[in-house]
Amino acid sequence: MKILVCVSKTPDTTSKVAFTDGNTKFDEAGVQWIINPYDEWYSLVRAIELKEKDASVAIHLVTVGGADTEPIIRKALALGGDEAIRVNSDSTDSYYIAAQIAEIAKQGGYDLIFTGKETLDYNGSSIGGMVAELVDAPYISLATKFDLEGTTATVTREIEGGEEVAEVALPVVVSCQKGVAEQRIPNMRGIMAARTKPLKVVEPVAADALTTVVGFELPPAKAGVKLVDAENVEELVRLLHEEAKAI
Amino acid sequence: MSVLIFIDHADGHVKKSSLEALTYGAKVAAQLGTAAEGLLLGTVTEDIAALGKYGVSKIHQVANDTLNHLDTQVYAAAIAEAVTATGATVVIFSHTPTGKAVAARVSAKLKAGLVTGACALPDTSNGFVVKKGVFSGKAFANVSIQTPVKIISLNPNSYMTVAGEGTATVAPLAITVGTAKIKVTAVNKVSGDVPLTEADIVVSGGRGLKGPENWGILLDLAKVLGAATACSRPVGDAHWRPHHEHVGQTGVQVAPNLYIAVGISGAIQHLAGVNRSKIIVVINKDPEAPFFKAADYGIVGDAFEVLPKLTEAIKKMKASA
Ligand SMILES: Cc1cc2nc3c(=O)[nH]c(=O)nc-3n(C[C@H](O)[C@H](O)[C@H](O)COP(=O)(O)OP(=O)(O)OC[C@H]3O[C@@H](n4cnc5c(N)ncnc54)[C@H](O)[C@@H]3O)c2cc1C
Ligand SMILES: Nc1ncnc2c1ncn2[C@@H]1O[C@H](COP(=O)(O)O)[C@@H](O)[C@H]1O
Repeated sequence: MKILVCVSKTPDTTSKVAFTDGNTKFDEAGVQWIINPYDEWYSLVRAIELKEKDASVAIHLVTVGGADTEPIIRKALALGGDEAIRVNSDSTDSYYIAAQIAEIAKQGGYDLIFTGKETLDYNGSSIGGMVAELVDAPYISLATKFDLEGTTATVTREIEGGEEVAEVALPVVVSCQKGVAEQRIPNMRGIMAARTKPLKVVEPVAADALTTVVGFELPPAKAGVKLVDAENVEELVRLLHEEAKAI
Repeated sequence: MSVLIFIDHADGHVKKSSLEALTYGAKVAAQLGTAAEGLLLGTVTEDIAALGKYGVSKIHQVANDTLNHLDTQVYAAAIAEAVTATGATVVIFSHTPTGKAVAARVSAKLKAGLVTGACALPDTSNGFVVKKGVFSGKAFANVSIQTPVKIISLNPNSYMTVAGEGTATVAPLAITVGTAKIKVTAVNKVSGDVPLTEADIVVSGGRGLKGPENWGILLDLAKVLGAATACSRPVGDAHWRPHHEHVGQTGVQVAPNLYIAVGISGAIQHLAGVNRSKIIVVINKDPEAPFFKAADYGIVGDAFEVLPKLTEAIKKMKASA
């Protein structure tokens, strides 16, 4: 049983969002990079739990990124991955990234591929579906629960206004979110072990980028809050009705 | 050349987010001087020709009941075939659980550039550039799609539905429907409630409400407004409310017309899930709560006193309107 966990790096959630080079580049000055929380807290931890139940499970991590992603890969290894593959590319195009992951997936013959629900920076929510298409596997997105019985996965996924339970035979691609597992903190033994775990760097295969970011914008600043006296809620109702036309 | 809009449905009804996508797609088509057409996989109980009032001239339907359950592989293959059959050059989805999963697959299948979570009409004056939210709503990116076929998923509540006149012709579309590998064994819907991501108005509570037993005043307010309810993460974590109500960076992202936050401090991770809301109202007893900086309207006060009064005042306003 081989699991491929896709991990990406993202700015820490409290990072200041600013842009340079005429608003075409994210300003990385002072930014703390973390593992995308959906990858770290949910998909990776669920893979580790599956390995804890069945020692024959192998967890491989894949990231498409430059050398600066290595600290986050080491942290993911410290949490419990067995080995990692870094595809050496800084591309931010979803299709290009998915094509790289799909290539690794095909070579490795994985039974299960986990991605996070979305990256916190680009908010694409698309890598999982693209990888699934490129490896011609079923895809279940937005999982809130994942169980495995032999080679059948039972997945609860979010739908609008509720949840749906689905069964599927492996191999499958699943995107994970809250509910699938609980966040863990790496321990000292894991951190020591991670130093010597294999981290293979491979060059990207040829693939097209289908989109380009031409520029960023910050949202217009709010005009400032209009405060209404707590004794005068009728005024708030009037403002929401007449001025904001929201009720 | 046409704009093809994917029409999503559940329980026999077309989803509100799809009506927005139809309106949006019709506008994109007008901008490009071409026709807007809908694509419906499966069957619904309502009159689909009437969807013409949102600006589509034709609706292609694959009336196969097996398509009433989502299997992304089957859907993507069917949609890709429909895109080729209809000669569409722009394909529009809603950025909803179904739309997100399917749009990505169709993009990879057709090698067609995809922008997810679009929040405005594309700029077609020089190429094809779509604006989308990034950094969890803290910024926007303008993304250029370079491929001949272009795919957009539209963020719910970012484009208002406009209903005009007109009916669409409904044309059955003969395409291959594959066999689903995914077997849906249960569907659990929170019945009677407004789905959070589709809601026009969201009323949300935080740790300031002190405990689950106090949620009645918030539910009352939600009821008079026809609003969906949400909560902050600690509230979900403590099981005061079901975890699917938790909004924010790590929870559900919402973009309603009106977001009312009660007893929520406004931590950056909370704001990341709600800052796309058009109007934000904050009720908090601490005038220094960070949420006020992101708010349009606010009341500094005790939620236990303010909420019942607010609910009454809204009832009165609705009665006289
Ligand atoms: C990586 C990461 C991800 C996170 N993701 C999320 C997320 O997705 N969503 C999320 O919500 N949080 C998230 N958090 C947690 C977030 O940082 C805050 O801790 C959380 O949002 C606080 O919840 P709260 O506002 O309900 O509680 P508190 O911060 O405790 O605030 C309670 C508020 O209620 C007010 N209050 C108290 N009594 C009353 C009263 N009687 N009437 C009116 N007001 C009153 C107080 O003044 C205070 O402002 C995340 C944190 C991290 C580190
Ligand atoms: N550069 C990358 N390398 C490896 N995995 C990635 C990368 N980018 C995104 N992913 C995975 O795809 C998921 C969804 O990302 P996105 O579609 O970009 O929102 C993430 O949670 C990761 O699991």
